[in-house]
Amino acid sequence: MEPSLASYLALSGILFTIGATGVIFKRNAIGMFMCIELMLNAVNLTFVAFSRYYADVTGQLFVFMVMSVAAAEAAVGLGIIIAFYRNRVSVDVDDASILKN
Amino acid sequence: MVLSAVFFLFAGLAIASAISMVYHKNPLYSAISLIGVFVSLSCIYITLAAPFIAAVQVLIYAGAIMVLVVFVIMLLNLDDAPSLNRLHYLYGVGAGLGGILLIQTFFIFYAVLRAPNHAVAENQTVGKTLSIGSAMYTEYLLPVEIVGVLLLMAVIGAVILVRRLNQPELEKLVDEELTRRNEEDEIGDYRISI
Repeated sequence: MEPSLASYLALSGILFTIGATGVIFKRNAIGMFMCIELMLNAVNLTFVAFSRYYADVTGQLFVFMVMSVAAAEAAVGLGIIIAFYRNRVSVDVDDASILKN
Repeated sequence: MVLSAVFFLFAGLAIASAISMVYHKNPLYSAISLIGVFVSLSCIYITLAAPFIAAVQVLIYAGAIMVLVVFVIMLLNLDDAPSLNRLHYLYGVGAGLGGILLIQTFFIFYAVLRAPNHAVAENQTVGKTLSIGSAMYTEYLLPVEIVGVLLLMAVIGAVILVRRLNQPELEKLVDEELTRRNEEDEIGDYRISI
């Protein structure tokens, strides 16, 4: 007996919500970045579950695309964090307020 | 039955690791908890008969991306984030928004589940590397190429972002260039005046 589709979707929803609340609560740029990765993973789980239950390979293919985009995001996002740290000696997103006023 | 047990074991592990990731203030502990989430999700992909995605999950997420994140944390020498006391009143708002989002997600899934009748399909070749590869290079060739271009752009952008040309060097370069142009202008004026 296999777990039903609903349990996979429920797990995905819980993980996505944890990631979203983490983005709200965390003020550390790297922490927010990791929460975004968690949200991407929750969506990947939905893709794979539907791919399994509809017997369609497209879902798994798009998981691969999402992973590529996450890798690109990691490269550029961490580059931005390092450049920001050089200017402000901090990774707190509250310090990124140069455009305020 | 075994699949159900494995699923619930790793689902609990994934949720616990995710909560621990959000809870910890130290970014390094958060990163290690996130690796726990990725490995648990990889095991869950195996219960979904998707061995290729499970392997790629460990290789790319736990192997490449998290190594990069841990490397940056070590490079910047980040300690515990200082606790903010001016945002405490927003915690309730954040928790409320999270609850609303969870309800919304479950409502969407409920609506999706009501529509068709799901039985596990008998076609067992879906998760295999062969079927993914053949779909990737025939039907979905253009998206794969676009992703390749995207990755190239990301690599170039990251290099340009992080490259450092520090200020004195930059000013020296600009000064040299300006004096060179001035000298050329003076020579040119001289020749014209003759």
